[in-house]
Amino acid sequence: MFELLGIPPQALFGQVLLGLINGSFYAILSLGLAVIFGLLNIINFSHGAQYMMGAFVAWMCLTYLGINYWAALLLAPLIVGATGIAIERLLLKRIAHVDHLYGLLLTFGLALIIQGLFRNAYGSSGLPYQIPAELRGGVNLGFMFLPWYRGWVVVASLIVCLATWFLIEKTKLGAYLRAATENPTLTQAFGINVPLMVTLTYGFGVALAGFAGVLAAPIYSVNPNMGADLIIVVFAVVVIGGMGSILGAIVTGFSLGLVEGLTKVFYPEASATVIFIIMVLVLLVRPAGLFGRAA
Amino acid sequence: MLTEAMTAPAKTTAAAPMLKVRGLEAWYGESHVLHGIDFDVAPGEVVTLLGRNGAGKTTTLKSIMGVMSKRKGSVTLEGTETIGLPSRAIARLGIGYVPEERGIYASLSVEENLMLPPRVRPGGLSLDEIFTLFPNIKERLKSQGTKLSGGEQQMLAIGRILRTGAHFLLLDEPTEGLAPVIIDQIGATIRKLKQDGYTIILVEQNFRFAATVADRHYVVEQGRVIDMIENAQLDANIDKLHGYLGV
Repeated sequence: MFELLGIPPQALFGQVLLGLINGSFYAILSLGLAVIFGLLNIINFSHGAQYMMGAFVAWMCLTYLGINYWAALLLAPLIVGATGIAIERLLLKRIAHVDHLYGLLLTFGLALIIQGLFRNAYGSSGLPYQIPAELRGGVNLGFMFLPWYRGWVVVASLIVCLATWFLIEKTKLGAYLRAATENPTLTQAFGINVPLMVTLTYGFGVALAGFAGVLAAPIYSVNPNMGADLIIVVFAVVVIGGMGSILGAIVTGFSLGLVEGLTKVFYPEASATVIFIIMVLVLLVRPAGLFGRAA
Repeated sequence: MLTEAMTAPAKTTAAAPMLKVRGLEAWYGESHVLHGIDFDVAPGEVVTLLGRNGAGKTTTLKSIMGVMSKRKGSVTLEGTETIGLPSRAIARLGIGYVPEERGIYASLSVEENLMLPPRVRPGGLSLDEIFTLFPNIKERLKSQGTKLSGGEQQMLAIGRILRTGAHFLLLDEPTEGLAPVIIDQIGATIRKLKQDGYTIILVEQNFRFAATVADRHYVVEQGRVIDMIENAQLDANIDKLHGYLGV
């Protein structure tokens, strides 16, 4: 068997794939954060908890109602998005006029409450969620074995990310969103219902987190802490990409997943910290982030 | 003088005014900026608000548009009281707003800027009609909005509200910082809009420009309307006006 840079290709490509999968979750989650931050100026700290809710809703759908993975992939984001809409209308709306730090604190508190409720009900050891029958097994590509489900995660998140990018950058609705992000007062003065857009945008960002949660359910066990572990890394990704940049969130998410995977191959000791080291370097050189506009 | 301004020209008060502003007050945070603005605008009129910097002209437009967070008094448009409405509902009554800073979005292309404001009334200009008025815009549709020159941005800011069917326009210093040839073009546009029956409130520092387009001038000072001058009587009142404007 041949080797690349002294590393067996199975190990190398295996880690690249793992990196791409982590990157898929980074990308979807940081995209949701970026969309929410753009319009609401709130750093949505409950994003990880909402990702976890997506996984739990999929698990509940299957366990209690017999609703399969594919239906849950559609249903869970809608349900989690609806809870997001309720949160925006009942809570975030009331603090929209004060310092945005309160939004961060509020969503942080919400995350603790949501996680606590799920831990109380389901414990913290994790619940199994089967890979859907259609995506079990895999294919041998010669240089590596590709499990179908892992390939699907990368493809599905790429599709969702690109569709979101297209929606925001290329459609009329996206133009409304960008306009409301840049100058909400004037956009409102043209007769556009900005408060409604704020509500729907929060719901959409949260639904993205729920979607990522469903994708994650068969890979990681469904666990009340699954979001809390991930979200810290995602915040680092957002800082590196630049707060509020749509394309930046997507590109940075996937790239940093890859970087993390490659670090696991070449210098495993640093794999857990490499993203934070990059974050520090980016903050020193380009405080607005790689894709961010200087404020 | 105030009462004279209120009761004066038969043509404006005999017909029901399109816009009636009474006792309009507004605040920026704690700072009280408008102290009771009163004036009328008749259908089809072009009226200017003249006054020194900080007199409250821009704030008056913002208060009519509903973008000031704290305001009271009364603003009625065609009989509808708007003081309690959010600005999006005021826009839907058929008001088009061109803010002082022009409000061209950097994150939108020229075309997206042009197409952004939703139609609020039937009878807006078609894109072809807008391109006839402002040929420069057509050449630059794919550019980023803020890559346009100042004059082109002003034309875009006016063009995009003409699309919406709004027949009552609030123009805040449309000539500010522009070259004379562009000012002429904007003046010609305003006269054409007047011919087509639009009602316009124009905020201006430059009363020589204002005199070429307006029917009447309201003088604003320290958050109040202190005088009204018919455009025809502008020459006779030129010394008084110089006194007001401190020029």
